[in-house]
Amino acid sequence: MILSIKDIKKSFGEQNVLNGISLDVEKGDVVALLGPSGSGKTTLLRCMNCLETPDSGVMEFAGNSYNLSALSSREKASIRKRTGFVFQNFNLFRNKTALENVTEGLIVVRKMNRKEAVEKAEETLEKVGMASWASHYPFELSGGQQQRVAIARAIAADPEIVYFDEPTSALDPELAGEVLSVMKMLAEEGMTMVVVTHAMDFARNVSKHVIFMEHGVVVERGKTEKLFSDPEEERTRAFLRLEEI
Amino acid sequence: MLSERVLGILSDSFFRILIPGLTVTIPLTVISFSLALVIAIIVALIQFAKVKILKDIARFYVWVIRGTPLLVQLFVVFYGLPNVGILIDPFPAAVIVFAINEGAYCAETIRAGLEAVPYGQMEAGECVGMSYMQIMRRILLPQALRISFPTLANSVISMIKDTSLAANITVTEMFMATQRIVARTYEPLALYIEVGLIYLVFCTVLTRLQRYGEKKLGRYRI
Ligand SMILES: Nc1ncnc2c1ncn2[C@@H]1O[C@H](COP(=O)(O)OP(=O)(O)OP(=O)(O)O)[C@@H](O)[C@H]1O
Ligand SMILES: [Mg+2]
Repeated sequence: MILSIKDIKKSFGEQNVLNGISLDVEKGDVVALLGPSGSGKTTLLRCMNCLETPDSGVMEFAGNSYNLSALSSREKASIRKRTGFVFQNFNLFRNKTALENVTEGLIVVRKMNRKEAVEKAEETLEKVGMASWASHYPFELSGGQQQRVAIARAIAADPEIVYFDEPTSALDPELAGEVLSVMKMLAEEGMTMVVVTHAMDFARNVSKHVIFMEHGVVVERGKTEKLFSDPEEERTRAFLRLEEI
Repeated sequence: MLSERVLGILSDSFFRILIPGLTVTIPLTVISFSLALVIAIIVALIQFAKVKILKDIARFYVWVIRGTPLLVQLFVVFYGLPNVGILIDPFPAAVIVFAINEGAYCAETIRAGLEAVPYGQMEAGECVGMSYMQIMRRILLPQALRISFPTLANSVISMIKDTSLAANITVTEMFMATQRIVARTYEPLALYIEVGLIYLVFCTVLTRLQRYGEKKLGRYRI
């Protein structure tokens, strides 16, 4: 078990967004996190990567135990050093080229020397098919290209796990395809991934486990095949039917 | 109006006005503005980071400086402080006042620039594992300064003209030099126009530099 979360709760003011979510992820697992809009998927991912502080919840990750509601900045740093995060809207550093976006963390956080970092970054950009765009700034890239660079940035430092928050929902179907195929490749290489997505094809064909949540609770979880072909819960069935359209 | 006498005075005085311009007005502007930028960045960072007490101090500073005339500030420092035993030479006094004054305005400009950078930039930096100060220095501040650049350039152009106020505290800059020549020759119209034209040339050069700078920075778009 690389990641295990127990009973995350989070509210924004009056609104309870996460009502006690638990979650286990094996090394090499690809977990698709599904659920209707507003069910708390983004908030859950953000809590796991300390972008949001939950009201309670513990996390076992890479051999350490963390109290997510009271993390020191040292603990946050140690979590982030071993995770990657891919945002819905890419969030590439706008003042850095594609290459610099990837080397930034390697140089500043991992203290690699420049030459090593550039080599590693070029190799990673190659992997996502963006090597020939290395010297371009984000504004010169299409959404799909930006997202592939963002993926390169997230995986360059060999994280234990990568979180994706709807990585393709800001993209046209065609551009989404190129991003999804990069993610598929990563999955096949054994990268551990938790993916919030509305791309049902990806969930069905690439993920190994699916978690379906609604109103801040997990409604159903299971192996992908089982959950898609024979869900236990009526809610899951209804959701899948809607999404298939 | 442009008699031979006036033309003679104008050409005689040209270098006697230009030289204080090059040796006093410009250094006064460059030094003061550089210090102002340092002050402004610090004040903007304090306000942006919302550090409790420091933030109140920063806001008080901006409030006082922007709410009082520059000329009054010059007089307080140069003619007023000696009352409490603080004597400062004219040039350093002018530098201090201009830097503190301009710092308040530029702080607001840079703070606005920082606030204009989308929050996702900060979060992306956090996810990469960078510390707050690393993100600030390498991601947010460069973008904020890029956003603020035209406004900051505008401030320098304003400032070079405002340095003429230093004449009031006996700094022999361009304008003071002109006043002295006027006192001897009684040709205020021609001479004040002449000094005005020199200011105009200085500002034109600065405007060109601004365009050049924007082009250089325009390699990436915000
Ligand atoms: N910073 C915030 N402040 C207040 N409310 C928030 C905040 N972030 C999220 N919420 C609320 O929490 C609820 C869950 O939001 P979240 O973004 O986690 O849902 P989601 O499952 O990711 O939805 P979507 O599929 O639309 O992205 C929503 O009702 C949202 O309005
Ligand atoms: Mg979301």
